[in-house]
Amino acid sequence: MSDLAVDVSGLNKSFGPRHVVQDVSIQVEKGRITGFLGPNGSGKTTTLRMLCGLLTPDSGEGQVLGLDFRRQAEAVKRQTGYMTQKFSLYEDLSIEENLDFVARVHELPRRRERVADSLERLGLTARRKQLAGSLSGGWKQRLALAASIMHEPRLLLLDEPTAGVDPKARREFWDEIHALSAEGLTVMVSTHYMDEAERCHDIAYIAYGRLMARGTAEEVIARSGLVTFRGEGPGADRLARDLAKASGVAMAAPFGAALHVSGTDRAALEAAIAPYRKPPVTWTEVQPTLEDVFIRLMGQSSDNFQ
Amino acid sequence: MSGAVERRSGLSGARILAVLIKEFIQLTRDRLTYAMILVMPIVQLLLFGYAINSDPRDLPTAVLVQDQGPMARSTLSALVNSGYFEIVRTASSPAELDAAVARGEVQFALTIPADFTRRVVRGDGAQILVEADASDPAATGGAIAALASLPRTALSRDLVGAASKPGADPFEVVIHRRYNPEAVTAYNIVPGLLGVILSMTLVMMTALGVTREYERGTMESLLATPARPIEVMIGKLAPYVVVGLIQTTVILILARVLFAVPMAGGWIALGLGVLLFIVGSLALGFLISTVARTQLQAMQMSFFYMMPSILLSGFMFPFRGMPDWAQALGSVIPVTHFLRVVRGALLKGLDVVALWPSLGALALFVVVIAGAAMARYRTTLD
Repeated sequence: MSDLAVDVSGLNKSFGPRHVVQDVSIQVEKGRITGFLGPNGSGKTTTLRMLCGLLTPDSGEGQVLGLDFRRQAEAVKRQTGYMTQKFSLYEDLSIEENLDFVARVHELPRRRERVADSLERLGLTARRKQLAGSLSGGWKQRLALAASIMHEPRLLLLDEPTAGVDPKARREFWDEIHALSAEGLTVMVSTHYMDEAERCHDIAYIAYGRLMARGTAEEVIARSGLVTFRGEGPGADRLARDLAKASGVAMAAPFGAALHVSGTDRAALEAAIAPYRKPPVTWTEVQPTLEDVFIRLMGQSSDNFQ
Repeated sequence: MSGAVERRSGLSGARILAVLIKEFIQLTRDRLTYAMILVMPIVQLLLFGYAINSDPRDLPTAVLVQDQGPMARSTLSALVNSGYFEIVRTASSPAELDAAVARGEVQFALTIPADFTRRVVRGDGAQILVEADASDPAATGGAIAALASLPRTALSRDLVGAASKPGADPFEVVIHRRYNPEAVTAYNIVPGLLGVILSMTLVMMTALGVTREYERGTMESLLATPARPIEVMIGKLAPYVVVGLIQTTVILILARVLFAVPMAGGWIALGLGVLLFIVGSLALGFLISTVARTQLQAMQMSFFYMMPSILLSGFMFPFRGMPDWAQALGSVIPVTHFLRVVRGALLKGLDVVALWPSLGALALFVVVIAGAAMARYRTTLD
């Protein structure tokens, strides 16, 4: 057996006239955490849904967990955990009843024991009679995660799991994801947060239905060919508007009081900032951040939905 | 600052307009609601305006004529000429006549005894017997009223000569109101309510059930599990079968205790009918929920189904009073058949065999609707 948990190619999906996913091919190694990034409506959710059998691809072939993901969708479902973007447990059931339902639907043996274990791990044993709808955002998300891994899937798909969750809860969530991955679980997670992207082993950047970049965070940054200068000093951030228009500058984005100016042509970029190389602003070359790279990628890809 | 305070305290036409415009836009966005607002009044006005008739005429009548004399023929034609009776069957025995009324095939059964002409001529207490299926008093009221003037008018031409005795009617119409001799409306309405209440709660509850899962996003999780559509459908509907059975029991007990509705038997037929009707209503609710995108739409569709169920099924207005096209339409509605089963079983004590046409129609409805619902329910979000 190969050590690829996901190996699909030529994925396509259209909703009416909108070609939401275009020829996406993706390989994910077992036990890795792959981050799915890209602008809203770029096809991240659709791709995840196709992988777990919630949507039927228009075309595309390949294997998920060594199974033909189109013909053996049922078998794939049984070994895949999926956590939806919106909280999708029953708000009018208690925490325990929700977990019990999930355990029953998956026909898990030793059901009571597993529900109890799950509650214990969540630290919700004392609150198990509480209605799921009354939980805070962070707890809901942890409960949803617990529910989606209860049947011990080999692949876990997370669709923007941390939207609207506070930083501490996010940190704990990611610790949990890494712990699961260390046990051999393959994770695919879509996110808009750059810090989360950096916590992934691999990144896949999708824009407007196309896979634009793939690799580790370092690889994606290196391959972008982007050069970035950081301007600091009073008023540096105010230069953004002028610099963005200068030739050789792909983008200029204020970061607090500082300014990041990026371009692919080093000489042209240096020429562009030359007029502003004077006190009080000081310029230094910095490593482009993932965000720089992504905003650049976003600007490059044509928005075919407009 | 004082300006801002003033602006807040007064009633602002501009702000009302803002909300008003927004509301209108939203109204037109929801196509189904929009269609309902426009189509509902038109369809219902035409449908119910032309279909409903509380004074039904041309009611199916079976006759048993044992007298070949001229008076019998005249009486028959007078009966038909009243406009209330349409002779659809000529029976050859009292038993045949009886069966036709019991099955609900005819509303009236007329017997003209062998010595009718002779007795009329002799002025010797001639009688004809009219048996009415009075389980729905509204359906028979007009016709029975018309019978009152029959003796005086029917034979006026035949009896111009010697036999006519002024002041006395030449014959008497004996009316037997069967199944509901005192013409108690409740006997008809209460069993009918069983059908209306069951469909109102069951169709609506299930219609909302699945739509709610889509609206709240829980369907996405449910679909990602190995649960199959048939498993979801059975699991979601089974609790409501219990709900329906509880409702049925409560209604029947109240019907007996509060309204003294006669329960002539036919329990097996009733049980079978109730079960088929509950399952059919649930399947219909499920079908609605696969079509509706929001709970509001599901509500509207259920409501759209309820109106004809109440008005065209024979629940509120006599089924036979409606024109043929409306009767055809009413025959598609399961409540119509269910009412026949309930009334037939409770008021007439009919068994499964006698109620077979209605039970069969209910079974067909279950199969068709459940099949359509299954076909429409998707395992994916496509």
